[in-house]
Amino acid sequence: MKPKYKFVILTILFSLIAFFLLWLTKNSNIAVLNPKGLIAASERRVIVTSLLLMLLAVVPALTMLFLFAYRFRASNPKNNYNPNYSLDSRMQILWWGLPIAVILVLAVLTFKSVHQLDPFKALNSPNRPLTIQVVALNWKWLFIYPEQNIATVNFIQIPQKTPIHFELTADAPMNLFWVPQLGGQMSAMQGMSTQLNLMANEAGEYNGSASEINGKGLAGMRFVVKAASQEDFNSWAQSVKNSSKPLSLETYSKLAEPSENNPKALYSSVESDLFKSVMMKYMSGEPEKSE
Amino acid sequence: MSIFFGNLSLSALPHEWFTIGGTVSMILMGLGVAAFLTYTKRWKWLWTEWLTACDPKKIGIMYILVASVMLFRGALDAAMIWLQQSLSVGASHGYLDAGHFQQIFTAHGDIMVFFVTMGFLFGLINLIVPLQIGARDLAFPFLNSLGFWLYLAGAILINLFFVFGGEFAATGWLSLPPLSELAYSPGVGVDYWVWSLQVSGIGTLIGGINFIVTILKMRAPGMTLLKMPMFTWTSLISMILVVCVFPILTVTITLLWLDRYFGMHFFTSSFGGNPMMYVNLIWMWGHPEVYILILPAFGIYSEVVATFSQKKLFGYVSMVIAALLVAGLAVLVWLHHFFTMGAGADVNAFFGITTMFIAIPTGVQIYNWLSTMYRGKITFSQPMHWFLGYVATFTFGGMAGVLMASPAADYQLHNSLFLVAHFHTMVIGGALFGIFAGITYWFPKVTGFKLNERLGKLAFWFWIVGFFVSFVPLYILGFMGATRRLDHYDASLGWQPLFITAGVGLVIISFGVALQVWQIVMSFISRKQNLDITGDPWNGRTLEWSTPSPPPAYNFAIIPTVTDRDAFWEMKQRINTDTETDKHGYTDIHMPKNTGMGIYLAGFVFIFGFAMVWHIVWLAIVSLIGCVVCIIIRSLDDEVEYTLPAAEVEKMEKLKTGYL
Repeated sequence: MKPKYKFVILTILFSLIAFFLLWLTKNSNIAVLNPKGLIAASERRVIVTSLLLMLLAVVPALTMLFLFAYRFRASNPKNNYNPNYSLDSRMQILWWGLPIAVILVLAVLTFKSVHQLDPFKALNSPNRPLTIQVVALNWKWLFIYPEQNIATVNFIQIPQKTPIHFELTADAPMNLFWVPQLGGQMSAMQGMSTQLNLMANEAGEYNGSASEINGKGLAGMRFVVKAASQEDFNSWAQSVKNSSKPLSLETYSKLAEPSENNPKALYSSVESDLFKSVMMKYMSGEPEKSE
Repeated sequence: MSIFFGNLSLSALPHEWFTIGGTVSMILMGLGVAAFLTYTKRWKWLWTEWLTACDPKKIGIMYILVASVMLFRGALDAAMIWLQQSLSVGASHGYLDAGHFQQIFTAHGDIMVFFVTMGFLFGLINLIVPLQIGARDLAFPFLNSLGFWLYLAGAILINLFFVFGGEFAATGWLSLPPLSELAYSPGVGVDYWVWSLQVSGIGTLIGGINFIVTILKMRAPGMTLLKMPMFTWTSLISMILVVCVFPILTVTITLLWLDRYFGMHFFTSSFGGNPMMYVNLIWMWGHPEVYILILPAFGIYSEVVATFSQKKLFGYVSMVIAALLVAGLAVLVWLHHFFTMGAGADVNAFFGITTMFIAIPTGVQIYNWLSTMYRGKITFSQPMHWFLGYVATFTFGGMAGVLMASPAADYQLHNSLFLVAHFHTMVIGGALFGIFAGITYWFPKVTGFKLNERLGKLAFWFWIVGFFVSFVPLYILGFMGATRRLDHYDASLGWQPLFITAGVGLVIISFGVALQVWQIVMSFISRKQNLDITGDPWNGRTLEWSTPSPPPAYNFAIIPTVTDRDAFWEMKQRINTDTETDKHGYTDIHMPKNTGMGIYLAGFVFIFGFAMVWHIVWLAIVSLIGCVVCIIIRSLDDEVEYTLPAAEVEKMEKLKTGYL
């Protein structure tokens, strides 16, 4: 087969694969590229800008690859082969200069974005931030609202356009908390507290998940973040307060026992300083419980 | 716990379908090999010619054979992972429970990294580096044999859970604590993980030391460092990395073992332990490990591009600097594996930007290869196909890598299937394609006959198409928020079609693998027609092509004197004016004697590992004593070499020339 035909066939084949994949995703939510939160939108911008910048170095490389492979093939009658020919060694300046230039620009952008999008950094907003404490358990997420003195399992309700300040810890192997449409991941670890600041730009329900392996219940650690108006949030918080189940230390230790695929649960009040005592458990030297 | 059997009891014997399956297939494989050997009366031949061999060419072949078997084992795991992820949606929970699923992907990762890619690379380095530097042997032939047997002992240990225990680690390939601590993983799975990695890791370290000394001390006269072939250079750099970072792995795993066996608290969350320390340590080894895998592949591509373009490699010095820079940066970037662990913005920025810097020397290498192709006379033999496939896949994988080096982007991509797709692109597109390029390139040299080109190229097309069909869906799934290691997901997410597509890709790839097996069988059957008589089938440039195919045990009857970079190419240019080989006569050649001590020693280490997994104290002590006794016996043995007299060498050489 002539190399030209080969090239055409390949182009068609790979385009078909690409179109097929696009068609497969037509009804799906490509969460990372479809942000609904302040942070996720900025992170998408970082992703897109970086990729476009890199194409500056990658496109010439791939073009030359196929061009040279075609032009300098042994079977080409126009081949002007010379075994001792070598490109001018000053070409090295270009070969080093091009990737260095691209990477330097990327490095500056990265330095800026990593500071701007530091998960610990409080967000600027006229609205007062809401604090939610997150405890990664085997295998469910416990969310404590210290100001409202309520708690939930595998469900978060938040007011939209309000900064949410998450404090995370774990009472189980380390885990990662992720709501892709609102922003990036953050670790939750025993005896430690990490922070994550997110904000939903619009109302909606967003999927959240656990992304660090932590045992057999990993896949079932999904939760939903519901963003709605401040009024909705207030009335929701009130309804939770009026429900019957409080989260005492006793209920907590029962909850902390391993269980899989937990449904959403609501708690009308929370033992005071529960988050801190969960964290301090590992500071005082109490051994980890066996399963 | 009994004194005699430790924790081992009857309940540890296989009783589930997959452990029974694994055990039965291992027994059947063993019986099949044994029956074949008995039928063809080859037991003695196997022992004297192969198992006790200290010849790196034979050890190299054994490495590649073991790695190939492990590749099938790892690929079977991959198929099981994909099947589960394609089936387990919504109401259906697939055919595996979460525990088994997690053991499978843990084993898949460890096997593919430690026993497939590392095995293939050590095999190729064993086969080719001594030939490329004009050496007759390695600096420490016995250590090389021991390194191989320790690697095999590790490979058997990682599969032994099928027979005893029925449980492998379900903790991910790096077994991060606290999950891997006794509190959360009380079974023997993590212990098998600890000891198989420990044993094979020591084998790797021994091999690394051996090759550094060999390359630095045993090059042919005239071959200065800057006249070494690129594959030798990148192997040297890769082995230096091995020696730098494998001790970290050994120590880290030892500390985890102390936690698990003696209740210590290095990595527990309480009593002052710190799991984050383990994460740092394991990635201080783990990230350079990736470059240990990829650097020799870079060297292979350099050889392949120069040979098949029939031109000198462009920018040799620049390539060497680039490879050194890659290795230097490799040890400075480990934190990029856990940007999400709450480090400050400055720390994340430092590690993110140093990671991006790696793209510079990597990019330079690609541009230099392209410059080598410029005005060349390119023949598209199989190795060149693999090279083109590598550039096409690796550049995308590299883009994904640089993207994730930006912490702000990584917060969204970490531990998603995007990451999984990225590192598979790097290891398959980079290292594995490089291994295939190396195997197809050097196959005639090692075996004496050429591989069927048509089948090989067909296999390549199945691989490359299958690769994209498999892994592009994973990149997309990552953007959809799919995290890695999920044994089940909701139907409403719309992920299933993409998982199924990825599975279709795996089927396409397996056609490629089948064609590769078929290619080797067919080439073997028709080897008489495809003999490599000249020893130089590709018009090669480096010294290995100056030897006959396959080379004699002593590689070079007369050690060549090197004056130029592409030593053999330059010799060929001068062949009529200067017949330097005739100036020297033959001399006596000292060769290492075969020894079974590597097997005995590794056997005791294997038993020690097994005893440790099951807490059989007396057996551990006995096997440890056995190890020490073996080392003493070997150390006191003065007659480890034999001499091949000059007359004998001359006779063998004449015979060969006459035969040709």
